[in-house]
Amino acid sequence: MTTLLEIDDYRLAFDTFDGTLHVLDGIDIRVEAGETLGVVGETGCGKSVLARSILRLNPTPPARVVSGEIRFRGEDVLALPEAGIRRLRGSAIAMVFQDPATYLNPLLTVATQMEDAIRGQDAAAGGRVRSRKAASAVAADLLAAVGLPEPARLLRSHPHQLSGGMRQRVLIAMALLGNPSLLVADEPTTALDVTVQAQVLALIAGLVRERGLALILISHDLGVVSASCARVAVMYAGTVVEEAPTGELLDRPLHPYSQGLIAAVPDLDRPEVRPRGIAGSIPSLLHPPPGCRFHPRCERATERCRVEKPLLRPLLPGRRVACHHADA
Amino acid sequence: MAVTVETEAGRQAKARRRAGNRRWRLAAWLIGRSFASMLGLGLVVAIVGLALLGPWIVPYPEHVIGQVNLADKLKPPSMANWFGTDEVGNDILTRIIVGARLSLLVGVGITLAAAAIGVPLGILAGTAGGRTREAIMRFTDLFLSVPGLVLAIALVAALGPGIGNAMVALILVWWPGYVRLAESKALAIREEPYIEAARVVGASRLRILWRHVLPNSISPIIVKMSMDIGQAILAVASLGFIGLGAKPPTPEWGAMISIARGYLPDYWWYAVFPGLFIYLSVLGFNLLGDGLRDILDPRSHRT
Amino acid sequence: MLTYILRRIGLAGLMLFGLVCLTFVIANIAPSDPAALAAGPDAGRSQIEQARREYGLDRPLHEQFLRYVSDLARLEFGRSIATGRPVGADLARYFPATLELCIVAMIIGLVLGVPLGMLSALHKDGPIDHFTRIFAVTGVALPPFWFGLLLQLAFAAWLGWLPTSGRLSVFTEPLEPITGLLLVDSLLRGNGGMFLEAASYIALPALVLSFPCLAQILRVNRSEMVEALRADYIVAARAHGVRPWRLVVVHALKNAMLPTLAIIGLRWGWMISSTVLVETVFDWPGTGLYAVSSAIAGDFKPVMGVTLIVGLNFMIANLLVDLLYGVLDPRLRSA
Repeated sequence: MTTLLEIDDYRLAFDTFDGTLHVLDGIDIRVEAGETLGVVGETGCGKSVLARSILRLNPTPPARVVSGEIRFRGEDVLALPEAGIRRLRGSAIAMVFQDPATYLNPLLTVATQMEDAIRGQDAAAGGRVRSRKAASAVAADLLAAVGLPEPARLLRSHPHQLSGGMRQRVLIAMALLGNPSLLVADEPTTALDVTVQAQVLALIAGLVRERGLALILISHDLGVVSASCARVAVMYAGTVVEEAPTGELLDRPLHPYSQGLIAAVPDLDRPEVRPRGIAGSIPSLLHPPPGCRFHPRCERATERCRVEKPLLRPLLPGRRVACHHADA
Repeated sequence: MAVTVETEAGRQAKARRRAGNRRWRLAAWLIGRSFASMLGLGLVVAIVGLALLGPWIVPYPEHVIGQVNLADKLKPPSMANWFGTDEVGNDILTRIIVGARLSLLVGVGITLAAAAIGVPLGILAGTAGGRTREAIMRFTDLFLSVPGLVLAIALVAALGPGIGNAMVALILVWWPGYVRLAESKALAIREEPYIEAARVVGASRLRILWRHVLPNSISPIIVKMSMDIGQAILAVASLGFIGLGAKPPTPEWGAMISIARGYLPDYWWYAVFPGLFIYLSVLGFNLLGDGLRDILDPRSHRT
Repeated sequence: MLTYILRRIGLAGLMLFGLVCLTFVIANIAPSDPAALAAGPDAGRSQIEQARREYGLDRPLHEQFLRYVSDLARLEFGRSIATGRPVGADLARYFPATLELCIVAMIIGLVLGVPLGMLSALHKDGPIDHFTRIFAVTGVALPPFWFGLLLQLAFAAWLGWLPTSGRLSVFTEPLEPITGLLLVDSLLRGNGGMFLEAASYIALPALVLSFPCLAQILRVNRSEMVEALRADYIVAARAHGVRPWRLVVVHALKNAMLPTLAIIGLRWGWMISSTVLVETVFDWPGTGLYAVSSAIAGDFKPVMGVTLIVGLNFMIANLLVDLLYGVLDPRLRSA
């Protein structure tokens, strides 16, 4: 297995009027080729910012990289010139976004948007830029591949003429235009109806299998992630607190936050067990708590947690936890 | 454990202090950020100052009513007459300063009258809905079917020239803008959940209007009024310039330029300085309006 | 789409009716006796009474209104007292000059305003942005008549580069009009010299007229571009590898152009309205100058005629903008 993506001690801050928001604080993540990784966390924990960081899509300013490296196939993405990062966008790393209604341009036809993506990728690669007609044919094939009927008619339509599920499929097709090796899906089902959610997840899982893609699936929903990913990273307030194979995490979470997160999910097999919430609320990223960012909400917090930031350390084979008190 | 509680309380107190500071810092930042808003405020204060103090600070009070002094006519700017003199030997600076009062009064008067007619009608239309709204809005559209200045000229032509009729004409031109604005705000607010809530708990319609709709639509109206004072000053000067507003020898800026036009290009100062004052007044009120919008309508700027 | 067009046209028709009502009301609020005006300044009482009967002014108001409407339907705007000529003929002669002025001014406003707004948005909070912001505020505040005089002073009187006023030199033999727009006619007739002359005459008034419009287009386009560049679909398009220039010029600008277009419709009205001032300053033989000189002379019919023409023009411009909106925004088309 070759390592596709390595994120090392990545820190990102947003300079706002109120002060500096420490949005990502020392992220460590590694994705092998063809591997599926889920990233779970509450709203506002920095998952989406992390997703966008991989393709350098966060606007700078206000965003500012404080430290760390994001390496794709060994090449530091953060150090690439603009032309270099454009060569990755869509062709090596592709993204699927949350709300297909706002992530598709309302005034352009599906064809224009897909063709522009293809031709932009061609131009960035420095090769011959395909004609609109050739690009359109590629687009039609992919629309069919994601299970959309009548691709020709679809290409001529505008986003508002499509249903939410269709739009999300179009966005997925767009992500596949450049034959990427890594797909980053940022809450791809959150804005959809429950019935459509399952279809879209199945579609993504199928495509990942067929094409041997590596997948980073970001969601606030543990169920969504566990259904489609082999490994899960749990994020809390800009840090990864635990990383484990999906089944092991669900069976035996090691970090107090992961434990809380899993306890908060209602268990349909055991309705007598009432789901429990986690006391307290997400800390302000403007003045994050020192030491472990989870300590104000943690039952096991001690003086050490208030002072010393726990590092993500290997605890069991394939498992890493960032907690002073976790033990195997 | 006691330590934890204390630090938690301390943290909360600090957060409250920060929130309090934030509002002040935001206001200071908004004003300071925009040099333009400060410039606008300064210009408006200066114009209001001139209007208030006019008769007492003019260099030649006897020139205010228009004295004929042909020996001094059309003198270029000098230490004695900073802006030169006009065709009958009056000091132009003196007449400009006196004109400030007229322009400001007319500008403010037109704006206030237009708002006084337009805002209640707009709020009524926006909250009442149905046929009342339809009637008010169609009647308003009638006045919006002819662009401002042309309508004003048609009205002045019907009423007869003069500064009084010019004012009436401009008020008639201006009020529909306020109906439109107030109606759209009232409509938008009517849809807000908190109005729904107020209605559910049984607040009367008048109370809802007074307590919720008016305060929430007031800031865009104030912003519009600030801008409109400037535009009204400009419109009155325009009518004066084409000879349908104030009549010379009234010291009205537009009328002054209208006469001065005949003395171009040789006696350029006569036309340049009154125009400069019109420009600075309009600029001042526009910039102030812009700055007010930044402060009063927090949603208009996102960083 | 068809219902959308029909609805817009219906609305325009309603506005036209409102316009006719409005002018009728204005004509009737005049404190001066219209019969006395129509009979002329030296008329005796019997002549006034005769004029009253002749013009139907002794009839009840609703009959007068019907007569007014039927006259307008036959494009009869009455006669000018000062010249004795029919107002309709005068309007036909003067209007093309005004239209030409406005079109050139609007082109200046668009050609400079949209790119400057775009540039400003791309360099948000940079020096270019600050400069254009000042420029934009200035444009709206500048009194057109004063700015016109300043330009005359600078470019005509002092530098001598451009003519002061008028539409052509008095020594130039005018063309037989085709469209009435001199720039177009001179090209159609292949008269390059006259085109250049006409261009030199229209340059200053068109610049003055375009200034507030340019300023507002710039401001609106800038803020809409800033908004559009931040939109989710732009983030997505960038992630998919769309080329940066296409991102700005097609994906963002198309969205920013919709509100800009709405401003253009409104601004067109302001522009025709400002011709009243600009034409006075530059002695431009259009409807604005015609309205002003008639209003000063107390000649009421021409003023009403210009009011109607300007209102009609404004209405058509708004209709065109609405239709263009429909073309640009697919959501409206299918609605």
